[in-house]
Amino acid sequence: MSLRNYFSSPTEPALLLAAAVFVAGAWVMPAWLAFLLTLALAKALVVLGVVIQMRAGLVSFGQALFYCIGGYGVGLASQYLGVGDAFALLALGTVAALLMALACGWLLTRYREIFYAMLTLALSMILYGVLVKSSALGSTDGFNVSPPSFLGWVPEGDARKRTLYLLTVFVAAAVAMGFHRFMVSSLGRVTEAVRENEIRVEYLGLSPQRMLFANYVLAAGVSGLGGGLTALASGHIDPDMAIWTTSGEFVFIAILGGTGHVVAPFIGAIVFSVLRTFAIQEAPNTWQMTLGITLLALILFLPKGLWSLVDRNKPEVSA
Amino acid sequence: MTTIFAILIDGAIYASWLFLVAAGLTIIYGVMRVLNMAHGSFYAIGAYSAASLVSWYFSGNQGNAYWSLLMLPACALVAGAIIGIAIEQGLLRFLQGRDEILMVIVTYALLLILEDATKLIWGVNPYFAYQPYRLLGRTSIGEGLRFANYDLALIAVAILIGLVAWFILNRTNKGRLLRAVIHDREIAIAMGVNVNAMFAATFTIGAVLGALAGALTAPAISVTPGIGVEVIVLAFAVVVVGGLGSIGGAAVGAILVGLSRSFAVHIAPEIELFVIYGVMFLVLAIRPQGLFGQALARRI
Repeated sequence: MSLRNYFSSPTEPALLLAAAVFVAGAWVMPAWLAFLLTLALAKALVVLGVVIQMRAGLVSFGQALFYCIGGYGVGLASQYLGVGDAFALLALGTVAALLMALACGWLLTRYREIFYAMLTLALSMILYGVLVKSSALGSTDGFNVSPPSFLGWVPEGDARKRTLYLLTVFVAAAVAMGFHRFMVSSLGRVTEAVRENEIRVEYLGLSPQRMLFANYVLAAGVSGLGGGLTALASGHIDPDMAIWTTSGEFVFIAILGGTGHVVAPFIGAIVFSVLRTFAIQEAPNTWQMTLGITLLALILFLPKGLWSLVDRNKPEVSA
Repeated sequence: MTTIFAILIDGAIYASWLFLVAAGLTIIYGVMRVLNMAHGSFYAIGAYSAASLVSWYFSGNQGNAYWSLLMLPACALVAGAIIGIAIEQGLLRFLQGRDEILMVIVTYALLLILEDATKLIWGVNPYFAYQPYRLLGRTSIGEGLRFANYDLALIAVAILIGLVAWFILNRTNKGRLLRAVIHDREIAIAMGVNVNAMFAATFTIGAVLGALAGALTAPAISVTPGIGVEVIVLAFAVVVVGGLGSIGGAAVGAILVGLSRSFAVHIAPEIELFVIYGVMFLVLAIRPQGLFGQALARRI
């Protein structure tokens, strides 16, 4: 993408338009669909975290760590700190994830390839192990998150669900805008250069590790936010949020959507959630098999994901 | 004193189990540079086929009960070989030389497929094959410590497999060729080693070892869906601690993780899972390539 393209980029108006359509949809679509979209958008935020690491050439098989921290951050703050406000809760969950990332990032960003994948996996499994054994937090059952208030307003029933949906849409749109700016910024571009050739980036006088650290922390923050939204929307959290198969699902969605654009993970997550809803009704026992076969087909035939179907006019040479 | 003894023996039993699970994984990685997530499924398939054959054998109630002990490795050999050859020839050979991280994702896809395939074949109800486990009885060691002989025999099997692997790799021609491939694939190809055949053989052996671990574990557990997914991350922890691709490393990793876990189970059971991954994290933080792995030079 050249500089000219950036200024005439249709992304931001398109994002605003999409957000407007989603908002208008709140009064039209059935409740189950709004709920599905709420969870899908929250999930997309976590996947966005996976995607920006993939852009740097790193595959995290442990993004569920921050998803879970975000969720438990919200749950614990609501349960034990008596925080009731949705915005404050989300902020707390995100900050918890960011702090964790600041603590681990310096170590993790020294690793590449499968070691990065394995270490991120190990970290999320450590959290899983701790949560499963902590009976005060409900052990494997987790616990319920009480309904939040919104700046002092406590909606009930359908109004609450709609408000959560709208909140998720706003958060997702804002995050997508911010990440789009980041991805086309010089820091975002250098990230891709790190993937292509780390040592040459060093020759240019930049520190790849610092780039990766910035990416890692950003990814953690957005994943924590996604986890927090999921906790508020579903009203329940349990240790399975941190198990490695959850991370595997995020990696799957990242590959399904593609890493070419900030919108790709959102498309991936929505397609994934809709498909799963129907697949679980129609053929619950072959859902994972369907996922596996789709994943193989994507790797073999559509390595840039669904986004490459949208973005046909810009053939790129590098993988 | 009794506790220390119990920790050591439990640790040894758990370590041998871990080694059995991890050996196939590390061999496949060492030769093919494929970190095989589907290894857990090989384990599950071995466990299911052994459990169903053994329970069928005993439901007929004919013949010598000791035959069931032979059925376990036989099942593993057949099931592992079929699945290994099918996957290597049907898929992996087309993806040779791709990024290591991409292969992780490919084998993750295989894991998802095989998980449901086992559910379709064997259903979701648990299988039990406790007869071989009961058959061997128990031994009392010291005061109040009783161990199942089957578990103790597992230690011998693990040592045997380790020795056989060491002998093949170090004392036979095929093994030396394999080490050449592990050391430098390109040079090995240039010297005329048939790397494709090596890959097919290695993957099949690795799959058989994974199935063997499952088949030998089946009598000690109830075989249910999801055992493969549980096992794979443990196996990862072990091979990563030891250094990916090294049999000796897998053995040391298994002992380290096994002893730490049994220590945790006896002293502070609530940190059991934490300890396993904690050890892995600690080792990687200090030695990124694992205890016995070789550090790679950075390529420009």
